[in-house]
Amino acid sequence: MSALLTITDVNKSFGGLKALSEVNLSVEQGSVHAIIGPNGAGKSTLLNVLIGKLIPDTGAVMFDGVSLLGLQPHEINQVGVSRVFQTPEIFGELSLIHNVIISTLASRDGAFNLAFWNRVDEDAEITDKAEELLADVGLLEKKDMISSSLSRGDKRRLELAMCLVQQPKLLLLDEPTAGMSRADTNSTIDLLKRIGEERGITKVIIEHDMHVVFSLAQKITVLAQGTPICEGKPEEIKGDPRVQEAYLGGAHL
Amino acid sequence: MNAAIATASSKAQPHAGEAPPNKGADLRNFAIFAVAILSMPLWLQPLGVAYPAFMQKIAIFGTLAIGFNLLFGLTGYLSFGHAAFLGVGSYAAVWSFKLLSMNAVPALIFGTLFGGLFALAIGFISLRRTGIYFSILTLAFAQMAYNLAYSVLTPITNGETALQVVKDDPRVLDAMFGAVGTSSAPVPNLFGMALTGDAGLIGFYFCALLMIGAFYISMRIFRSPFGMMLRAIKTNQQRMRFTGLNPRPYALAVFVVSGMYAGLAGSMMAVVDPLAGAERMQWTASGEVVLMTILGGSGTLIGPVLGAGAIKYFEVKLVEYNKTKLGEIFSFLPDSISDAVVSVSSLFVGGGWHLTLGLIFMLVVIFLPGGIVQGLGKLTSWVRRRTSSSNSASSKSADASQPAE
Amino acid sequence: MDAVIIQILNGLDKGGAYALIALGLTLIFGTLGVVNFAHGALFMLGAFVAVSVNGLLSLESVTLDPTKLTPWGTPAEIRTKLAEEWFGTFGTTLIDYSVPVSIVVAIPVMLLIGLIMERGLIQFFYKRPHADQILVTFGLAIVLQEIVKAIFGANSISQSAPASLAGTIDVISGVAYPTWRMVYFFFSLTVIGAVIAFLQFTTFGMVVRAGMADRETVGLLGINIERRFTIVFGLAAIIAGMAGAMYTPILSPDYHLGMDFLVLSFVVVVVGGMGSIPGAVAAGFILGILQSFAAMEAVKQYFPGIDQIIIYLVAIVILLVRPRGLMGRKGVMET
Repeated sequence: MSALLTITDVNKSFGGLKALSEVNLSVEQGSVHAIIGPNGAGKSTLLNVLIGKLIPDTGAVMFDGVSLLGLQPHEINQVGVSRVFQTPEIFGELSLIHNVIISTLASRDGAFNLAFWNRVDEDAEITDKAEELLADVGLLEKKDMISSSLSRGDKRRLELAMCLVQQPKLLLLDEPTAGMSRADTNSTIDLLKRIGEERGITKVIIEHDMHVVFSLAQKITVLAQGTPICEGKPEEIKGDPRVQEAYLGGAHL
Repeated sequence: MNAAIATASSKAQPHAGEAPPNKGADLRNFAIFAVAILSMPLWLQPLGVAYPAFMQKIAIFGTLAIGFNLLFGLTGYLSFGHAAFLGVGSYAAVWSFKLLSMNAVPALIFGTLFGGLFALAIGFISLRRTGIYFSILTLAFAQMAYNLAYSVLTPITNGETALQVVKDDPRVLDAMFGAVGTSSAPVPNLFGMALTGDAGLIGFYFCALLMIGAFYISMRIFRSPFGMMLRAIKTNQQRMRFTGLNPRPYALAVFVVSGMYAGLAGSMMAVVDPLAGAERMQWTASGEVVLMTILGGSGTLIGPVLGAGAIKYFEVKLVEYNKTKLGEIFSFLPDSISDAVVSVSSLFVGGGWHLTLGLIFMLVVIFLPGGIVQGLGKLTSWVRRRTSSSNSASSKSADASQPAE
Repeated sequence: MDAVIIQILNGLDKGGAYALIALGLTLIFGTLGVVNFAHGALFMLGAFVAVSVNGLLSLESVTLDPTKLTPWGTPAEIRTKLAEEWFGTFGTTLIDYSVPVSIVVAIPVMLLIGLIMERGLIQFFYKRPHADQILVTFGLAIVLQEIVKAIFGANSISQSAPASLAGTIDVISGVAYPTWRMVYFFFSLTVIGAVIAFLQFTTFGMVVRAGMADRETVGLLGINIERRFTIVFGLAAIIAGMAGAMYTPILSPDYHLGMDFLVLSFVVVVVGGMGSIPGAVAAGFILGILQSFAAMEAVKQYFPGIDQIIIYLVAIVILLVRPRGLMGRKGVMET
């Protein structure tokens, strides 16, 4: 298997504080890769580097042959990276179907398209695709509802539908079950699993809920104090003393 | 915003929202709109305002508000600078009358074009910021334009005297085609057909057709992928970026379109009355179009036109009233009471009509943020509930966008 | 050199007015999170408090004196100002000092107006979008100015400074400067100083400053922030009102005054940085002084029309280069 995403020697510090130091990471094509670590380990800094919000001081981030450094968020999406947020980010004032249609249009027509004359609802290619995705995540019967009125779990499903309709090469999931009830968490895990198997999309999950991580991930990287301390299959990570150290005793910042 | 479409089927499934209007419904609504506008000379008769000057105003301010609504209603960017585009449109149109031809067509083209160019320049800078900062930037640019029009730019704007068409203007195109010089300043025409002066209703129909066209384009934008992206800007720019869309060019594009609408409205003003003054550009004039759009219902198709009509109607009607007229109205009351009522109510009419406007506007923002359109939607759903009260237990109200779970 | 000093002096009184209005605006932004487009109207109301006080003090009693006849053979009217009738020479002084005296009246009146505005309207808009806040306060501003127009008419009403302060003083040799403008400058400094001291040294001020820095946390501490909001709004209304009352001898007020100052003071707030009190004060004076420099012939010669646009130009440049303004904090009102 080849690497879809490679992070090489990335360093980032804020003032004197080193948030990431010498991070090296590679995500295999088609894998589900979790990045875990205690609070302050640098997970969100790493994520922000991946999505173009932060530019690292040194190092390289290569995605499918393209450097992600210095790209705008929309450019990063256009090269094939979709992102799910910690709190679901959706177009709250719009209906579910419009949410997915916008996403579909973005992947077909690019970052800017001045199509002001044709009707969206007559574009069968777009609407069919959007409806298909809503059906896939189980929200089709709610398609004309205003999306801000959905439950947290359903908002997450909608957000996933918006990402999946773009057929991304890489899906970034930032604590996909944060703030969810147990039932919502489990159904989200099931959905992610099913989607993973059906579509074979590479996923990077940033998470600290171990239940979620061990249910989904095929490979886990543990970050502590801004640097990866170990990497391996879930069963290897579970027993690794360094991980327990980082989570229980470590964290001296 | 949903109130606009809330008049559609109320038999939808209990927890689903409204399906968006389809092409047929849109065409029907557009036809109704066009007929309603063109028949204004008939149905405004009983209201006492069926004269050309008033109806032209509706068409002009309707166009302006439709354009403003494309920006504010869809993207949520609140511009306080639209009067500047209106003014630029007027100046460009009058210059077209002076230099090229009294034909309205080039005047409208230049007015729209310059409105758009001006918006491009201002929008390019202002859209670097969002929210209140954007509003202040547009306000600052518009005030600069206004102040300059009164001072250094007097050679172009003719300052306080306003730019006017005079007999001796060059008008190269007219001269080329041998239009006869008249004794007084000529009037705007449409390939020889006079649009003002004795033209009667022709000027109104001309403006009305322009507004109907403007409305149709706005409708296309509302239903288009482009329009959908504009709504996305208003709702969640963060999600938009991470969905692979760049909000900046979308916002700039609609800002320019909106400026072109204002430029068109400004040149329509010049067509029905060929002069352009700087007072048109003052920021309170920008405030007026904001009032119209909100009052009618921002983000809806018809709202801005309703708002423009309502405000202009109030203006005409309330200004007409004075103490004597009020005295007649309240003469049925005992003298002492009548006097008190008259003196209080006279505050709200005549020159004080702005007070009424301000109060109505506040009430709308507080209680009816969706404006007249939302009010009508509530009214129809209330009526419907009354009429179908027998099976009301099963069918929910028309605004069924409430959360289900 | 003298010319430069004169221009700086000329900018001070205007700068003082800008700073005072912007101070209240930014206080309301920072604590309540409300964009108040009716703040110019508060300044205007303050000016008309001064007009009213002068009007009341100048009320006259008319008596007929049958012993003296007018040239037309009717008994002469003797008009006595009530204040003089009741208080004698003190009354005369009172009339002469009507503008400063009006401040005493302006404080309770403006406080009352501020409280009514906040309780009756603004409090319902804390959680509404900024656009709604702008719109509703814009409507309120129209209503207030129309009420003033209905009562006082559309023409501007001139007010005079006390006779002893009406002349000019030599600031440095040969540079004459209107005394009242100097008074206004020191008045604005005093008020600004008092407000800053109040915020700095009282418990109440401490809570308000904490609220400006981090509103949510202060709310979580169980401090009743809402009641303090009301007081802050009242305070801002008082500042604007006093600023307006004292400004009347410099610029005769009309009902439009508020709208004119509103735009300028918003620009001042933005330049200073939303929610920053020192920023508002500094920007107020800087812009006032810049404006008076731009009005110099020597400057206008090279940049025609610069006096008309300087403030807006500065605002645009600041917003683009330094989006948070001179002293603004990150993330205030950026969405």
